[in-house]
Amino acid sequence: MTQDLLQATASRPSKMTLNTDQKAFILFLTILLLFLGFWELGVKLKLFLPIMPSASQTIQDFWFWISNPFFDDGPNDKGIGLLLLTSLRRVALGFLIGSAIAIPLGILIGLSPIVAKAVDPFIQVLRPVSPLAWLPLGLALMKDSEKTALFVIAITSIWPTLSNTIFGVRNVDSSYLNVARTLGASRWRTIRRVILPAAAPNIVAGLRVSLGIAWLVIVAAEILLSGGIGYFVWNEWNNLKITSIITAILIVGLVGLLLDRLFGLLQTRVSFGQRS
Amino acid sequence: MRSYPIFKTMTPSLQSTTAQLSIQNVSKVFYGRKRWTDQLLGQTSEDFLAIADINLDIEPNTFVSIIGPSGCGKSTLLNILAGLSRPSTGVITINGEPIQGPGPDRGVVFQNYALMPWMTVAENLLFAIETVFPHLSLAEQKDIAQHYLSLVGLNGAEAKHPHELSGGMKQRVGIARALAINPQILLMDEPFGALDALTRGFLQDEVERIWEQERKTVILITHSIEEALLLSDKIVMMTRGPAAKIAEVLHVPFPRPRKREELDQYPHYHELKAAMEQHLSRETRAVEAARVGRSR
Repeated sequence: MTQDLLQATASRPSKMTLNTDQKAFILFLTILLLFLGFWELGVKLKLFLPIMPSASQTIQDFWFWISNPFFDDGPNDKGIGLLLLTSLRRVALGFLIGSAIAIPLGILIGLSPIVAKAVDPFIQVLRPVSPLAWLPLGLALMKDSEKTALFVIAITSIWPTLSNTIFGVRNVDSSYLNVARTLGASRWRTIRRVILPAAAPNIVAGLRVSLGIAWLVIVAAEILLSGGIGYFVWNEWNNLKITSIITAILIVGLVGLLLDRLFGLLQTRVSFGQRS
Repeated sequence: MRSYPIFKTMTPSLQSTTAQLSIQNVSKVFYGRKRWTDQLLGQTSEDFLAIADINLDIEPNTFVSIIGPSGCGKSTLLNILAGLSRPSTGVITINGEPIQGPGPDRGVVFQNYALMPWMTVAENLLFAIETVFPHLSLAEQKDIAQHYLSLVGLNGAEAKHPHELSGGMKQRVGIARALAINPQILLMDEPFGALDALTRGFLQDEVERIWEQERKTVILITHSIEEALLLSDKIVMMTRGPAAKIAEVLHVPFPRPRKREELDQYPHYHELKAAMEQHLSRETRAVEAARVGRSR
């Protein structure tokens, strides 16, 4: 009797019903195909400016760049993989430098109300400045486009990490601190074993935002400097190769997504059920 | 640092340290907001006298429960004993020495467990043990952690993180952590308040069993009459706040080890229970009456 009931309920979903994910995927495909179709048809019917390439041509070019990413035919003709590696290297280094400043500074500010009040005016004034405004200053100081790129990315990476670290350190659950106090733990031990791990989910959330913004900024910075995927976008505009620009936009988006997901994983790793 | 007693024999009841605790004229005032900036914003508040002139002497190896209506300052008193909060007047001495702040001579069991979520069960204990006994070798520290984990019946849960444990298991870890530093006094702030009735009873039995092995001086804050009667040698009944005082100290003469199911057969059980119920209901009613009066 119960067996029959169980089977009856178990067999119900096997009918041709789709779950939410499947429905969403079908809708996604529909939107994509409609968009590509409109694009292709629009170009065929000459609805757009003549510079606009067709969808099929763009996909072909996209495939050309994807299938051969590592050729190197001189400074203005490199595979997209090499260009990406240049940009990624700059972002990684700049991000590391920025985080190495932001995290310790954030901990110090979070722990000390005096430092917080003293440093706050600097932060408040500098934070709203567009990272690109630092670029000429960087060029003047470093006299080198590579170092300037790192400088701009480092400054970009500081702010979200800094404010999240301050927030995380200030908002450590007081019961953890009480445990450390009742055990007689030293200040340094409390910081290292209690405050830092407790603030880790917030710090990593800040790093995640910082990295996202750094990836936004590198493209703009490289248009003004040279090398990397940003320079490629500008160079292909000068060559009037719209298909390459669209390819670069898609690839920049995909890489940004990947970086974000990586930090998302790190975030769940340090959360331990606190937040996710 | 205090040295750990000879541990290897694994019979902690013999070496368990304990202490005489004395509370003298302790009161606590929470100061209200009265600065001109607060006045400007209309956010002033009055000073609040939470507890007034508490005097209490607790002999070594005594299990003492503090019971009273909600908001009577029980937790305030416990925080002062733990050194997390300073008394406004009065002193607290342990074996004649006044306490200056928090310290590992007192182990604290928190109501919300206060386990570090990023540490495993074993790491939570080891963090406490390392902090208090840094001179011990890692192997010795691990032995202590293992001993106390088995004392609270958590063998096999060493590698779990707190979010993988039930509330009852978390509080077992909390108790093991508090005991693992071999404190002279164990302070427990409503340790079973957040647990369901069944788990609470189970853990009370565990605490009774553990206390038979390690007769420390224990101070337990509780709401539960049954809990107090099962575990305590003395029950301190507090009046309602503000200016909460000690109304009466009851002695619980039941023999040990005690069994929950036989509790009501001990002599004086019903008188003690009736006295506590009467006190608590009178105080609680007065709290409610005061609250109604204030809102009018």
